[in-house]
Amino acid sequence: MKGWRRRGDKLTTVFDRQEAALVRGLVRQVVEMLEVRGEEAPTDELADLTGIRTGPSTAPDDPILSRLLPDFHRLDDDAPSQEDQNSAAALRSLHEPELLELKTGAAGMLLDTCPQNGGEIRLTFEQADAWLASLNDVRLALGTALDVTEDMPDQLPDEDPREPHLEVYHWLTWVQESLVQAMSE
Amino acid sequence: MEGMTTPVEQEATQVEPGGADLGVEDTPWQTVVWNDPVNLMSYVTYVFQKLFGYGQDKAVKLMLDVHHKGRAIVSAGSKDKVEADVARLHAAGLWATMQRTS
Repeated sequence: MKGWRRRGDKLTTVFDRQEAALVRGLVRQVVEMLEVRGEEAPTDELADLTGIRTGPSTAPDDPILSRLLPDFHRLDDDAPSQEDQNSAAALRSLHEPELLELKTGAAGMLLDTCPQNGGEIRLTFEQADAWLASLNDVRLALGTALDVTEDMPDQLPDEDPREPHLEVYHWLTWVQESLVQAMSE
Repeated sequence: MEGMTTPVEQEATQVEPGGADLGVEDTPWQTVVWNDPVNLMSYVTYVFQKLFGYGQDKAVKLMLDVHHKGRAIVSAGSKDKVEADVARLHAAGLWATMQRTS
């Protein structure tokens, strides 16, 4: 892949087979995590009747999911107020189903437009926005798993087990950066 | 860094995206975006422009505040408006929370 280019109202690039397989595989893994979280949503008859879905009121234990689905208030202070805790629980329950839907929707649009065996990719701006959001979610997931920090070196020592994964992370960073730049041209 | 955070945070809370003439009564809630090591500076700028319709200069300034000061107030208003803004920022993958205007 040589980076994204803008051609009129389309964003284009070429992925080789491995690149397409890598991106598709990572996006699918994030979707699977989000779907498992979605299945944890409480089922209740009232929601069935009214059509108003409610999600879980507590943050995921998993640090990756917790980063993808943040609280609406800062609760990691020394002593978050009871009011903030109650409010964050209510807001999560209210908004999480839609957030999951938006994230899996963006991922679905990426999977629909990323050819399985590689090849040319041509995106509308709407599709490119979905790519940005979905690539970002994958980077958030990988970045959390790898414990990426702002002063992380570009390369880790060869013996560090995270090194090959960090290379993937940096490549995804470049793919996303290149797409933002092409869209801003 | 501990000692440096207090004045910086005070500065950040003084940003009034709604305009200097809007008081606490008009903007009882604020949307805060926090720094994280993953989100790209270019992407964060793009999201501020797209979601809030901010011009390039304002979007870059807010992004740099997030980057250097650790956070920035990116919008303010009624609870419903700010709640919706936080939800949209979460969909874009930014780390956003809401707080009462102090």
